[in-house]
Amino acid sequence: MNDDKNTAVITVLGRDRVGIIAGVANLLAEYGINIINISQTIMDDLFTMIMLVELGDVELEKSDLSDKLSALGDKLGVKITIQHTGLFNAMHRI
Amino acid sequence: MINEHEILETMEMFSNQHLDIRTITMGISLMDCADGDIEVSCNKIYDKICRYAGRLVEVGEEISRKYNIPIIHKRISVTPVSIVAAACGSSDYTPFAKTLDRAAKACGVNFIGGFSALVHKGYTNADKNLIESIPEALAVTDFVCSSVNLASTRTGINMDAVRDMGRIIKATAERTADTGALGCAKLVVFANAPEDNPFMAGAFLGPGEPECVINVGISGPGVVKHALEKVKGADLGVVAETIKKAAFKITRVGELVANEASERLGVPFGIIDLSLAPTPAVGDSVARLLEEFGLEECGTWGTTAALAMLNDAVKKGGIMASSSVGGLSGAFIPVSEDEGMIAAAKTGGLKLEKLEAMTCVCSVGLDMIAVPGDTTAETISGIIADEMALGTFNNKTTAVRIIPVPGKSVGDEVEFGGLLGTAPIMAVNNKSCADFINRGGRIPAPIHSFKN
Repeated sequence: MNDDKNTAVITVLGRDRVGIIAGVANLLAEYGINIINISQTIMDDLFTMIMLVELGDVELEKSDLSDKLSALGDKLGVKITIQHTGLFNAMHRI
Repeated sequence: MINEHEILETMEMFSNQHLDIRTITMGISLMDCADGDIEVSCNKIYDKICRYAGRLVEVGEEISRKYNIPIIHKRISVTPVSIVAAACGSSDYTPFAKTLDRAAKACGVNFIGGFSALVHKGYTNADKNLIESIPEALAVTDFVCSSVNLASTRTGINMDAVRDMGRIIKATAERTADTGALGCAKLVVFANAPEDNPFMAGAFLGPGEPECVINVGISGPGVVKHALEKVKGADLGVVAETIKKAAFKITRVGELVANEASERLGVPFGIIDLSLAPTPAVGDSVARLLEEFGLEECGTWGTTAALAMLNDAVKKGGIMASSSVGGLSGAFIPVSEDEGMIAAAKTGGLKLEKLEAMTCVCSVGLDMIAVPGDTTAETISGIIADEMALGTFNNKTTAVRIIPVPGKSVGDEVEFGGLLGTAPIMAVNNKSCADFINRGGRIPAPIHSFKN
């Protein structure tokens, strides 16, 4: 994850159910967003997925993607958040 | 590569620990808006603020969306109005306050600071006019904040101004009695006021500041408390280290936002104010954070020591994270805005005298304190004088934002709503200090201020 790239982290937290990854991946495809990496764990039915995506031409600040993702989260009963990777680099790297 | 643990930790900070950017404050110089005609001057002010800050709220929302970070307030600070108004020929400066209020509303910000005067060594005629206009100005506006610097380590304490501000605070309370003396919540007096503070009510753009600048105030008592919960029982060296790490991360978020806002608005980035600013929300309290050190209730013995360490560790972590730390930078202890402080004040465990001691080691002063409505102007001046002495003689900023609520007495409460919260009326030592206050004059600067 370097600063120059327009990349973002999507996190999904909640109770596991069918269709979470499919739902997110379909929505991203509509925006032409490429998934670079997915990791997921399930502990006691609590589903945690972290997805690294390449935003391409999508500008998060001007796009409605963030709202669409949280609406999808509401539908699936999970919490979905997208954040530009610049945030994590700023907080966790000196 | 950022790892999963770091990503989840970040998520947790924003979703459950109330980490937020408290304010992006745009400082705008109004030096070039002075005019011999008050109407012309007000028009220049309105146009300039709208021109510079027109996109402030929009840009704040864009950054918020990009990083999914709550940015609570977008605000404006301006050159102290007493400087700009000096040439206007009128002695009533209320029209300037109304103009600021109108500009704030047009830009969509929720506070504008700078109805201010700097009188630490003496009054100009304009300073006098401004101070006398405060009660009316705060009564007829919604978003205007006022501040007066009464003292500095280099000059000593202007006791004439301390005396006058006791009277002005009382008058502001009376004038806004129908809203629980809300006017006083928008009025603060300082010693050693910082010229780049982004936090209200004390924000103004000092005369040494640039044309336009972005200052960012960060928050996050909940994050620090949560970090401390993980080191229960550990020795205080470990606690200090833990606070530093949390402060580092919080400050980096602030720097990220400040840089981005500065770039998007085409305005230089001034400072990050790394203050732990509480809100009345549960989990966002400085008092509860102090209790996490091992205190049964904020205000008991040990509170000052814990606060001193907290304030110092926050600064050390923050200074490592950003080269542009300024403003007030420390822990805020506003009673009405902090759920734990409110609770401790209600039980009687947290008293005014203890709060005064706490202000010796943190960044602000007696903040959002409600006192009985029959507290005299001289007693309020006495409270201010003590607080000014702490700041002046200890080489730090101190402040007083005190609210003598008409018709209320100890045991009552006053509700301001929103982030200003609820204040229990606190007991005041009412033995007279009137003869002391009415002496007037100036308390000379302390010996250690002579450094040249």
